[in-house]
Amino acid sequence: MIAFLIRRLFQAAIVMLTVALISFVLFNYVGDPINAMVGQDTSLQDREKLRQDLGLNDPIPIRFARFVANAAQGQFGLSYRTAEPVGRMILERLPATLELSLVAALFALCVGVPMGVYSGLHPKSWVSRILQAVSLIGISLPTFLIGILLILIFAVGLGVLPSFGRGETMKLGGWTTGFLTVAGLKALILPSITLGLFQLTLIMRIVRSEMLEVMRTDYVKFARARGLKSRAINFGHALKNTLVPVITITGLQLGQLIAFAIITETVFAWPGVGQLFVTSVYSADMPVMSAYLALIGFLFVTINLLVDLLYFAIDPRLRTAQAATRAA
Amino acid sequence: MAGGISIARAWRKVSGSDIYYSFRTSRITVAAAIVTAIIFAACFAAPLIAIQDPYDPANLDLGVAMRPPVFWGGGWDFPLGTDDQGRDMYSAILYGTRLSLIVGFASVLLAMALGVTIGLVSGYAGGATDAVLMRAADVQLTFPAFLIALTLDGIVRGLIAQKVLPFDHDAIALPVIVLSLGLSFWPQYARTVRGAVLVERTKDYVNAARIIGVRPWRILWRHILPNAMGPVLVIATINLAVAIITEATLSFLGVGMPKTQPSLGTLIQIGNDYLSSGDLWITVSPGIMLAVLVLAVNLLGDWLRDALNPKLR
Amino acid sequence: MTFETRRLILAGGAALALALAAPIASAPAEAQGKTFRWANDGDVNSMDPYSRNETFLLAFLQNIYEPLARRDKNLKLEPALAVKWGQTSPTTWFFDLRQGVKFHDGTPLTADDVVFSLNRANGKGSNMLGYFATVKAIRKVSDFRVEVDTNVPDPLLASKWAQIFIMSKAWAEKNKAETVGDLTKNEENFATRNAMGTGPFKLKSREPDVKTVLEPNKDWWDKKVEHNLTEVVFSRIANAATRVAALRSGEIDMVYTVPPQDTDTLAKDPNTKILQGPETRVVYLGFDVFRDELLYSSVKGKNPFKDKRVREAIYRSIDVDAIKRTVMRGQSFPTALMVAPGINGYTKELDKRPALLKPEQAKKMLADAGYPQGFEVTLDCPTDRYVNDEKICQAIVGMLARIGVKINLRAQTRLKYFAQILLPKADMSFYMLGWSPAATYDVHDVFINLIQTSNAATKKGQFNPGRYSNPKFDELADKIQVETDTAKRNAMIAEATKIYTGDFGYIPLHQQAVIWAARKNVDLVQTADNSFQIRWVKIK
Repeated sequence: MIAFLIRRLFQAAIVMLTVALISFVLFNYVGDPINAMVGQDTSLQDREKLRQDLGLNDPIPIRFARFVANAAQGQFGLSYRTAEPVGRMILERLPATLELSLVAALFALCVGVPMGVYSGLHPKSWVSRILQAVSLIGISLPTFLIGILLILIFAVGLGVLPSFGRGETMKLGGWTTGFLTVAGLKALILPSITLGLFQLTLIMRIVRSEMLEVMRTDYVKFARARGLKSRAINFGHALKNTLVPVITITGLQLGQLIAFAIITETVFAWPGVGQLFVTSVYSADMPVMSAYLALIGFLFVTINLLVDLLYFAIDPRLRTAQAATRAA
Repeated sequence: MAGGISIARAWRKVSGSDIYYSFRTSRITVAAAIVTAIIFAACFAAPLIAIQDPYDPANLDLGVAMRPPVFWGGGWDFPLGTDDQGRDMYSAILYGTRLSLIVGFASVLLAMALGVTIGLVSGYAGGATDAVLMRAADVQLTFPAFLIALTLDGIVRGLIAQKVLPFDHDAIALPVIVLSLGLSFWPQYARTVRGAVLVERTKDYVNAARIIGVRPWRILWRHILPNAMGPVLVIATINLAVAIITEATLSFLGVGMPKTQPSLGTLIQIGNDYLSSGDLWITVSPGIMLAVLVLAVNLLGDWLRDALNPKLR
Repeated sequence: MTFETRRLILAGGAALALALAAPIASAPAEAQGKTFRWANDGDVNSMDPYSRNETFLLAFLQNIYEPLARRDKNLKLEPALAVKWGQTSPTTWFFDLRQGVKFHDGTPLTADDVVFSLNRANGKGSNMLGYFATVKAIRKVSDFRVEVDTNVPDPLLASKWAQIFIMSKAWAEKNKAETVGDLTKNEENFATRNAMGTGPFKLKSREPDVKTVLEPNKDWWDKKVEHNLTEVVFSRIANAATRVAALRSGEIDMVYTVPPQDTDTLAKDPNTKILQGPETRVVYLGFDVFRDELLYSSVKGKNPFKDKRVREAIYRSIDVDAIKRTVMRGQSFPTALMVAPGINGYTKELDKRPALLKPEQAKKMLADAGYPQGFEVTLDCPTDRYVNDEKICQAIVGMLARIGVKINLRAQTRLKYFAQILLPKADMSFYMLGWSPAATYDVHDVFINLIQTSNAATKKGQFNPGRYSNPKFDELADKIQVETDTAKRNAMIAEATKIYTGDFGYIPLHQQAVIWAARKNVDLVQTADNSFQIRWVKIK
C-alpha cells in the first residue's frame, strides 16, 4: 500500500511537470503579454525592450527550465498583470473556489442521489419521468445563461439574493470563508446551484441506471425472498452497490467542477482561481497561468488517487484485481 | 474504432425483435424518435426550407435588425424575428442546429473512440501502461476545453499565416472545435471503461475465455466492453448535449464558431448580450430548440441504454 | 449513507432557509454615512501609478495620488500640487509647489518628493517613459520650486504630466519602493499593494480583483470638497450582464462600462440613469497600401488598396449611421476625421462624410479600377477592445458584400490581434483600430503616430501599420509640431486634414460613447476622457 502511494506521488510530480511543459508551449499561442502590459502610446522600441527583459525572447526550453528551477523553490514569480507574487494570488483565491465547488458538489449529491434512487426504484412512475425531464434542464442550457437567468430572477426581479461576489467573508488564519456570515451564505446560493446543476443531472442519471440494474440482480431478489424490508434492501443492498460508478463520476466531476467554475465565477464575479485564470488568459499572464494549471494538475492527480483508494475500500474484488495486475 | 464496432453491434441488436418490441411499446421513446427525426430532417434540408442563407453576409441587412418574431408582435417576413445583424432567426436556427449537431456528434464519437480504446488497454494491460495512460488522462483533464481550443486555434492560425495550411481561418473553426472538445472529453470514457474492465477481468467467464486461448482483444471487445457500455452510453448521450453547450461556452469565452457562421450555441451567446435589454427572442428560440433537441436525444439514449443492457433483460 | 444524505439535506435546507430569511445585503444605513459602491469590468491592476499607462488605472489612482497640474471638468488644466508653472526659456519649465500640502501619513509635500516621483516615473520598470522623451534634467531649486530642462522645446510638458502622480519619497524609501516593481524579480514591490499620496481619498483596504476600499482624506489641501462620501467601495464585475444586474438590484451605485444595448433599459428604469457623451477615441479602419500584393486577398500580383477609387468605393459604402442606429444603439458619434471634438486641432468644418454611394455606383467605381467582379479580402478585427467591435465588423462585412467585396472576417482577442496587425509584423490587409490622443489632447499626436509615413528611426508612424504615406502631409505634420503661432498652426492642421481625408487613406467610423450608469440618487460628473473622479460624486 505504501509502495503504491509513493509510486502515485512520484507520478503526480511527473504529471505536474508535464502540465507545466505543455502549458509553456501553449502560451505562445494565447497572445502577446506585452500588449496587455503597456499603454497605447508605448513605443515599439520600449515594447521590445520589455519583452527582452522578461526573457520572452528566450527559447522555450530555457524558459521552462527557469520556471521549474524557481517553482522547485516555491517561487512562481510575479504576475505580468499586477506585479504581485503568483503564489499568494492563487492562495488568496483558492478558498473561494473550493467553498463554491464543495457546496455545489453537496447540492448535486444531496439532490441528485435521492432523485436517482427514486426514479431507479419506480422507473415507470410519472414522477420519475418528470424528474428525469426536469433534470435535463441542467444540461440543455449553457451555464452562463443559467447563471444570468438566476441573477435576473433572484437579484433583479425579487431582490432576495446578491448578484455578484462572496458577500461578507471572515478570515480564519490564511483562509477566507463565506460560511460564517449570512451574507456569505446567501452569496453562495446562486453560484453553487448554477455550478452544481450539471453534476446533479449526471449523478441522478448514473444512480438511476445503476439502481435499475442492481434491483434486478439475484441477490436483491434473494434478499426480497428472505423477507427483508424493502427499505433495507433498497438502501442497505442496492444503493451500496451503485456506489462504485457514482464515486468514479463524482470524483471526476469534482475536478470538472473546479474547471467549470471558470464560467460560473466569471458570471457571478466570484473571486476564485477560475476567474483569475480567465483574467490571466486575456492578459496572457503566463506566470499565473502556469501556476494555476500546475495546481489543477495536482488536484486531478490527488482526486484520482482518492477515487482509486475508495475503490479498494468499497469493492473488495478490486484488491485481487490489483494483485493480479501486479502478478501479470 | 471501438465506437464503430459497438454501433454495429447495437444495430444488429436493434434489428432483433425484442429490442424493436421495447421501442414500440415505449410511447415516450417513439415520440422522442419522431422529434429527433424531424429536427435532423429539417436541419439537413435547411438550404431548401430556410428563408435565406444566414451565412452569406450579403443577405444581412442592418435595416431589418432586431425585428421581433410573429408572436412578439413582428411580421411574417421574419417569423422568428431577426438578430442584431438583421439575420433571419428561423434560418439561423436551422443552419445553427445543423452545425451544432455536427459538432456534437463528431466530438462525441472522437472522444468515445479515444476514451474507450484507452480505457480498455489501460484496464486490461495494467502496470506501467495503465499508469502512463491514466496519468495522461490526468494531464488532459487539467486543460479545459477552452484552453485547448484557444491553443489549437492559435496554432492553426499560425500555420495558415505561414501558408502551411491552404484554408482560411473560418473554414478551420469547425474542425478545431471538434478536436478540442473530443480531446477534452476522452478521459471520462477512459476512466469509466477502465473501472469496468478492472471489475470484469477477474470474473470467471473472462478467465475461462483466457484459458481456452481467446485473444485479449477479442475478450475485451466481445465480452468486457458490452458490460461497460451502459455507463459509456449514459456519458455519451449527456456528452452530446454537453458538447453542444460547451461549444456555446467557447463562444462566450471568444473561441467558438465565428459569429458570421453561428451555431445554435453561438446564437444563444449573441442573445445573451440582449437579455437585460428585453430583446429576449434571440435567446429564447434557439434556447428552446436546444432544450428540445437535448431532451429528445437523451430520452432516446436512456431507452437505448436500457434496451442494450444485458443485465436488464 | 441514507442517514448521511438526509443529514446533509437537512443542513443544506436549514442554511438556505436561514439565508433567505435575512434581508439582502446589510443595507447602507444612513447612520453609517454615505458609502459609494461602484464597479468596472476590470480591476485596478496595481496601486503603483507608474506601473501601467492605462486609462482606468490612472483614473482610479488620481483619487489617491495627484499630479502637479490636474484637469478640471472640461479637461482644462488647473493648479493642483503646483500653484504655478510655465517656461523660463523654450527648453526650461518651472513648477511652483503648493505649500501646506500633506501626504496621507501627515508628512508635508516638498520639492524632494516631486523630484523623486518624476525620476521614479522616468526610471526602471516605469511604463510612463513616453511622457519623459524630451526631458534632460529635473532639479530642485528650492523646497517649493522644481525646474525641468528639455532637449527640445516641449510646449506640452505640463499637459502631459497631468498623468504623472506625486508619491511620498520618505514612504517609498522606507518601504524599499524607490523604483517601480521589477517583474523579473521574485519580490513584490511595496507600492503595488499600498499607496501614499496627497489626494482626496486614502486607500483603506485592498483585495485585488475583489474590492478596493477608499476613505476620504480629511486633511486634503483642497477645501472645496464637492463629494459627501464617507466610504468608497470598488468591486470588479467582469461580466457585463451581471454588472448591469447589480446596478438594477441596487447592490452597486454606479457602473463604468455599460453595453450600448442596455442603455434603454437603464434609462427607463425609475431607479437608474445613464450618463453619456462622446469619447476622445476615434475608431477607424485602415488599409494596407504598402505591399505590392496583399497578404490576404483574391487579387494576385497587385494591391487593390493602392487605387484611391477602391478605397473611396469602400469608404462610401459603409453606412456609419446604420451602425450607430442598430449595432451601437445610438451610442456612437459618426465622424469623418481621425480626431474627436474636444481635442486641440479638431476642425469642425471638415467633419463631414461624403455621401453614401448606391451599390451600382460603388460597383462601377470598382469596375473602373479594374475589379468588375469585386474581390475578396480579409478584415482583421478585435473582439474585446472597442465597444461592440466585432459586431461593427460583421455589419461592415454585410455592407461590402453588396458591392461585390467579399470580406473574410478574422476576429480575435486583443492580445493576439495587436501582436498580429501592428508594426513590425503588420500581418494584415485591412484592419480596425481606435486611438485617443490621451497623452497631449492634441491632433499632432494622431498625425505623428497614425498618419505620418512609418519610419522606425524617427519613431514616426509607429502605429500606421497600413503604411499610408503622403510626403506633403509629412511635411505639414513636421511643421505643426514646432509651430507656436495658433492661427498658422490651425491653418496647417486644416490643410493636412484635407490631404488624408481627400486620399481616403483611412475610414474613420465613429467616436464611441462613454457610457456610465448610476442610481438616480447619485450625482456625478462625466468627462470625455472616460476618467471617472470620485471627488465629484454626491449621494442624495
